[in-house]
Amino acid sequence: MTNAPGQDLDSLYQEIILDHYKNPLHAGLRDPFEAEVHHVNPTCGDEITMRVHLDGADGVLRVSDVSYDALGCSISQASCSVMADLVIGKPVEEAMAIHESFLTLMQGKGQVEPDEDVLEDGIAFAGVAKFPARVKCALLSWMAWKDATTQSQGQTQEATNG
Amino acid sequence: MEGLLPQLGIVRKDFPILERTLAGGLPLVYLDSANTSQKPQVVIDTMVDHLERHNANISRAMHQLGAESTEAFEAARDKVATFIGAPSRDEVIFTKNASEALNLVANSLAWATGDLAIGPGDEVLITEMEHHSNIVPWQLLTERKGATLRWFGLTDDGHLDLDGPQGIDELITERTKVVSFTWVSNMLGTINPVAEITRRAHEVGAIVVVDASQSAPQMPTDLAAMEPVERPDVIAFTGHKVVGPTGIGVLWGRGDLLAQLPPFLGGGEMIETVRMEGSTYAPIPHRFEAGTPPIVEAVGLGAAVDYLGELGLGAVRDHEHAITAYALDGLATVPGLRVLGPLDAAERGGAISFELDGVHPHDIAQVLDARGVAVRAGHHCAKPAHARFGVQSSTRMSSYLYTTPAEIDALVEALEYTRSYFKLG
Repeated sequence: MTNAPGQDLDSLYQEIILDHYKNPLHAGLRDPFEAEVHHVNPTCGDEITMRVHLDGADGVLRVSDVSYDALGCSISQASCSVMADLVIGKPVEEAMAIHESFLTLMQGKGQVEPDEDVLEDGIAFAGVAKFPARVKCALLSWMAWKDATTQSQGQTQEATNG
Repeated sequence: MEGLLPQLGIVRKDFPILERTLAGGLPLVYLDSANTSQKPQVVIDTMVDHLERHNANISRAMHQLGAESTEAFEAARDKVATFIGAPSRDEVIFTKNASEALNLVANSLAWATGDLAIGPGDEVLITEMEHHSNIVPWQLLTERKGATLRWFGLTDDGHLDLDGPQGIDELITERTKVVSFTWVSNMLGTINPVAEITRRAHEVGAIVVVDASQSAPQMPTDLAAMEPVERPDVIAFTGHKVVGPTGIGVLWGRGDLLAQLPPFLGGGEMIETVRMEGSTYAPIPHRFEAGTPPIVEAVGLGAAVDYLGELGLGAVRDHEHAITAYALDGLATVPGLRVLGPLDAAERGGAISFELDGVHPHDIAQVLDARGVAVRAGHHCAKPAHARFGVQSSTRMSSYLYTTPAEIDALVEALEYTRSYFKLG
C-alpha cells in the first residue's frame, strides 16, 4: 500500500481498523438487554442503535452483552467493534475505566501514548486523534455505550432494590 | 473544451487561495464550492479598504465617514438589485444568510393577520429535495399555527414528481398558502421549473418562496424579465456562495408583500418612531433590517456580484455546464460509482453527489483530502433527500467558475486511488 504524500493516511487507516470494519464483532441487536439507545452524529448522519445487558449474578456487575446496529464510516464501525469486544465480560467499573482511557487517547491530539494492556486493539485509533474531524466518528459508539450502560445500571439497581 | 470561461487561467489568478498548496506540497483542488465559494482579490481588497478608510456605522453617524459608509452599504444594495434584476432596489433586504432570510419570511407569516394569516386547514407546500433551511422553518410555522405541511416527492432520476398521483394537480389547491422550493438542489443538482410551479401556485393565490442559494451563483437571475405570474414572490440566497463573504445574505421580496408582512426583528433602524406605548415602522428595506447590519460584508457582497456581473452569469453557467458534463463522464468511468440526481448536465447545476460501493463517504473524503482534493461528505443538510434514495450520506463534488478540467481529472484519479486504498477490485 503506497502512502499518499501529504497527510499520513496509513496512520489513520491501520490494518486493524480496516479488518474490524470489514468483519465487525458482536454486530446485530440481541436480547436480553436493560437499555437501548440511539445516538447520531448530527454533522455527518452516522447513526447507532445500541443495547447493553448487565449481569450481577456473581456479585460483580458485569457487561454481559453489547449489541448494535450501526451505519457509518470505517472509523466509527471499527471503533464500535473494538469497543464491544473490549468491554463484553468485563466488570462495569473496569469497562468504564477503559472508556475513560479511550476518551483520553482520542482527546489527546495525537500526544497521548496508548496503553495496549488496557485498550488492546483500541490502540490502533491513536492515529485518529491526529485528525480532529474524525475523533467524533471514533467516539460515537463509546458514547452510546456509556449512555446505555448508565441507564442499564439504573434499571438493574431498581430491580435489585424493588 | 467548449463552453469554458474564456481566459480561465487569468480568472483563476483572481482567486489567491487557488495558488496555495496543502500538506506535502500538493496543489489545492477545491471542489466544494456549493458549500462555500472562494473569494477573488477584489472582494478581499474592497473589504479591507472599507475597514481601513471608510469604517463607520451607517445611517446614524452625522460625519463624513458615516456618509461614506452609508453610501457604500446602499451602493451594495443597488449592485445586488442589478445582480438579480430586482424590479426595485428597496425590495432587497440584507440578512445574515439564506437561512435567516427564509426564517424571516416564515416567522413574519406566522405573525401575519388578514389575507396572509395561516391557520388550521391551510397548507404549506415544500419538496423532499430541500436543504434543512427550507424545511425546518416551515415545519415550525405549520406546527405553531396548526396548518399542514405537504411536499412534492422525487422521481428516481432526481426530479420533482410533478406529474404523479401526488403531483402538482393534487398538491397545489385552494388550501395552499405558501409554496417554497429550491431553484437548484444542493444535493441532487436538479434545476427545478420555477416558472411552471410559480404560475400554478399563483393561480390559487399562494405565496411563492424560492431558495436561490445554489442558483444565484451559477445561473443568470433576472426577476424583472420574468412574467409577473411566473415570478416568485420571494427569493433568498447567501453571499458566501456568490464569491462574497460569510455573514451576509439576501432576501428579495415583492414590495407590496413585504410592506404587508409584520416586522421580524425589532430594534434600531427598523422604526419610524418609538414611544413607550408603541412604535411605527420604517418602510422597506429598513423595516426588516433591525440593528447595525453586517456593513463590510454587504460592501464585500457588492464587489462580489459586480465581479460576477463582469464575467457574465451566462458565461458562468456555460462554464459550469461544460465542467459538469465532463465530470459526469469522468465519474461514470469509476467502477461502483453511482451519481444521485440527473445524469444530463443540462438539467442540473454543478454539485454532483455520489456513492461509491464499499467505501463510506467520510472515508472517500479523507483519502481525497490526502490527495489535495477537497469535497464534502455527509448529508449536505438534506437528510430527507438522502433518505429518499435509500442512502444515509454521500460524497459531493461541486465545481465553480474557476474549476478546470484538470481538476476533474485529479478527482477521478483520486477516486481510483481510493478504490485501490480500500482494496476494491
